[in-house]
Amino acid sequence: MSVSSVFPQLEQLLPRVSKPIQYVGGELGAVVKDWDATVVRWALMYPDAYEVGLPNQGVQILYEVLNEQPDVLAERTYAVWPDLEALMKENGVPQFTVDAHRPVKAFDVFGISFATELGYTNLLSALDLAGIPLNSADRTEEHPVVLAGGHASFNPEPIADFIDAAVLGDGEEAVLEITGIIREWKAEGCPGGRDELLLRLARTESIYVPRFYDVDYLPDGRIQRVVPNRPDVPFRVAKRTTMDLDAWPYPKKPLVPLAETVHERYAVEIFRGCTRGCRFCQAGMITRPVRERSITTVGQMVQQGLEFSGFNEVGLLSLSSADHSEIGDMCSGLAEQYADTNVSLSLPSTRVDAFNIDLAQELSRNGRRTGLTFAPEGGSERIRKVINKMVTKEDLIRTVVTAYSNGWRQVKLYFMCGLPSETDEDVLEIADMAHEVIRAGREAAGTKDIRCTVSIGGFVPKPHTPFQWAKMDTPEVIDGRLKMLKQAINSDRSLGRAIGFRYHDGEPSLIEGLLSRGDRRVGQVIRRVWEKGGRFDGWSEHFSYARWIEACAEVLPDFGVDLDWYTTREREELEVLPWDHLDSGLDKDWLWQDWQDSMSEFEQDDCRWTPCFDCGVCPSMDTEIQIGPTGKKLLPLTPVNNLRVPA
Amino acid sequence: MQRIRLRYAKRGPLRFTSHRDFARAFERALRRAAVPIAYSQGFTPHPKISYASAAPTGVGSEAEYLEIGLQAPVDPEQLRVALDAALSPGLDILEAVIAADGSLADRIDASQWRIELPEVETKTAQDAVAAFLESAEVLVERMTKQGRRSFDARVAVARCTVTEEADLPSGAMGVPCAIIDLVVRQVTPAVRPDDVLSGLRVVAGLEPPVPPRVTRLAQGTLTAQGVIVDPLDVDREAAGIGGR
Repeated sequence: MSVSSVFPQLEQLLPRVSKPIQYVGGELGAVVKDWDATVVRWALMYPDAYEVGLPNQGVQILYEVLNEQPDVLAERTYAVWPDLEALMKENGVPQFTVDAHRPVKAFDVFGISFATELGYTNLLSALDLAGIPLNSADRTEEHPVVLAGGHASFNPEPIADFIDAAVLGDGEEAVLEITGIIREWKAEGCPGGRDELLLRLARTESIYVPRFYDVDYLPDGRIQRVVPNRPDVPFRVAKRTTMDLDAWPYPKKPLVPLAETVHERYAVEIFRGCTRGCRFCQAGMITRPVRERSITTVGQMVQQGLEFSGFNEVGLLSLSSADHSEIGDMCSGLAEQYADTNVSLSLPSTRVDAFNIDLAQELSRNGRRTGLTFAPEGGSERIRKVINKMVTKEDLIRTVVTAYSNGWRQVKLYFMCGLPSETDEDVLEIADMAHEVIRAGREAAGTKDIRCTVSIGGFVPKPHTPFQWAKMDTPEVIDGRLKMLKQAINSDRSLGRAIGFRYHDGEPSLIEGLLSRGDRRVGQVIRRVWEKGGRFDGWSEHFSYARWIEACAEVLPDFGVDLDWYTTREREELEVLPWDHLDSGLDKDWLWQDWQDSMSEFEQDDCRWTPCFDCGVCPSMDTEIQIGPTGKKLLPLTPVNNLRVPA
Repeated sequence: MQRIRLRYAKRGPLRFTSHRDFARAFERALRRAAVPIAYSQGFTPHPKISYASAAPTGVGSEAEYLEIGLQAPVDPEQLRVALDAALSPGLDILEAVIAADGSLADRIDASQWRIELPEVETKTAQDAVAAFLESAEVLVERMTKQGRRSFDARVAVARCTVTEEADLPSGAMGVPCAIIDLVVRQVTPAVRPDDVLSGLRVVAGLEPPVPPRVTRLAQGTLTAQGVIVDPLDVDREAAGIGGR
């Protein structure tokens, strides 16, 4: 049976909503396939507004990997703004894909990529608009398999009631394997219905199906155990790791939006994983080991990506880009290739290291200079040891002074507030650091006309990190420290004028903390918040702290716990954590040891340059570090002298 | 520097492209098609592109115009094909001619619009239009950059008639659909099709049950006989290309 487009009904609503272009599709790189010519059909969602969701690399990669299969169709859907949501409800228009405007409910799989837990309420809106029961238990064969992915799926327990399955880790091979299982199950005539399909997925031992696990609680609210309730379902579910990134050179055809989005650039991931070992960083912990893309593959991807898209900006993405073994040649090679063009090259996520200024200099040879951002993360030497950010104050001053004396007029500095063991003093030192930066910078630049922006993010303890046991500070404490810091920065009028101060207050962070380390009981809170109108919780204009507090107060007492129990309570060594049955490869004993080391301010090196310290990932996941250098160089491009006229 | 003038269309769902969206897409299309676009001098060079007045977001058009400056001469038709291929279907480059003397803006003082009113009877629309045309002045309100403004929507309307068509391009079958043919002169503040629709509501209480579908059919110079002359006619003659 073919599925028709809902566009005619949607079209009537578009003149009445803001930024209608975001719902129209028609991007370069978008794929529209004949429904009936395919067997397995995926709807992929990034659960935020189009302008944030479209540039997401993960979704773009999976979209392309799936659509390259002849009998597979993948389309995209994003969270609709409240104005359109209300009109869709009023007029009976379901959640649709932007590619062919097909109803999400008609697909075999509805895959949602959660980069952050603050997208959970948007998941419920999308399910509701799609006409899919919110609870997995109420779904039948006519509904898609609701599948979570992305970093947040390393603890999907808060949304366990709402999803059918979760994939941990890299998606490239996982989506193809899941497609194969569905293809086979359909070819056999869907034996055993939905339950059988989920069982087949669970038997892979790397797809988590929450319904096949029971959670028992102790009288004090802690988890007693999590056990499979079906034979041949594994006790622990392992993450996926894509090895050899050169074999997966995606995105080849990046999506080019008509609407304005948060990033308009060709982004290429130069390596995946990070072993710097920052203890607050979930991304670095769950994506080990480091796997590099070679300089030649990166060069080829950039050339083809730019040619296809017409973007004039390239981002060399990774968790710490200057750590690529070939980064010097890569930057000078690309700078050489694009010297006579208006293409700007940028290197986000760089460490505090003067070497990065050389790279940035190199990249801005054609006069297209991007901003410089550094993340010391902690204001004092002590707290930087606690979080394993091996940077000294001298490093930072030297680095920014190099930047100012090389003509940069503005640098951004990122810090965190609310870190474990943090005191007022640790935070106040951020002000000293910023003052020193401006003082030294003015001297080096020979002008008073320089600026630095201090941005403060709230610390949120994340699963699968050494800080998974840590307690959070209350919003009152955080906000108090931020206020003190602001006063300290402005205590010197002359220096304070040159320092911009941006921060997030403590309330949203606390809720993020509830969701990041929550268990299945938190699902009831999410549902209650959504029923009260909670949407787009990652947006300060939509986020309501009061709504979350209210929902927690209504839901959690029945379970004998409360918001503080999830957030400001330190966990004990032997407590069963909600995600213990989900295997990121990290040895729990090693994580605990690293937590102890952090409290004794002991630093841990990077295993790329020092011997293995047994975090456990490589042996348990059968992976290994894949780094260069390859010894290859980038060749100059041949300039195009003719119009590209299609044959 | 070679200057080339283009006529382009915003069609179907892509009529929801705003002018800024189109401008970004067009700059990317220039790079995709490897067009040797000229850049302005100065600290932040900008590609040499200038637009004639753009149709509002949500309004289709068969007659949008822009001019580009090139570092090296190209064949206009090759340029048209290359740029059209580099843009999403629905943003279509219809024509490219080498610019003659004179400016594009000086050759545009009026627009012709087609307004489809699904589920509105022809008679109802005719009565409303008659009442509108009989008024010496029709004051309507709109949010402008200066805040809410009230202005006369009647003065700029050179022609407004209601026509009937058997089958509609927008596929609204089996329901009545009145079609308004509207010619509006360029004045300040600009009077747009939705201002005229507001005017029809003011004078005759016309409230379309579903959003009207508006398309710009032509822009150019309005002659005394009420014909709109394509602004590229002069360029075509200078380049020795016969009229359309």
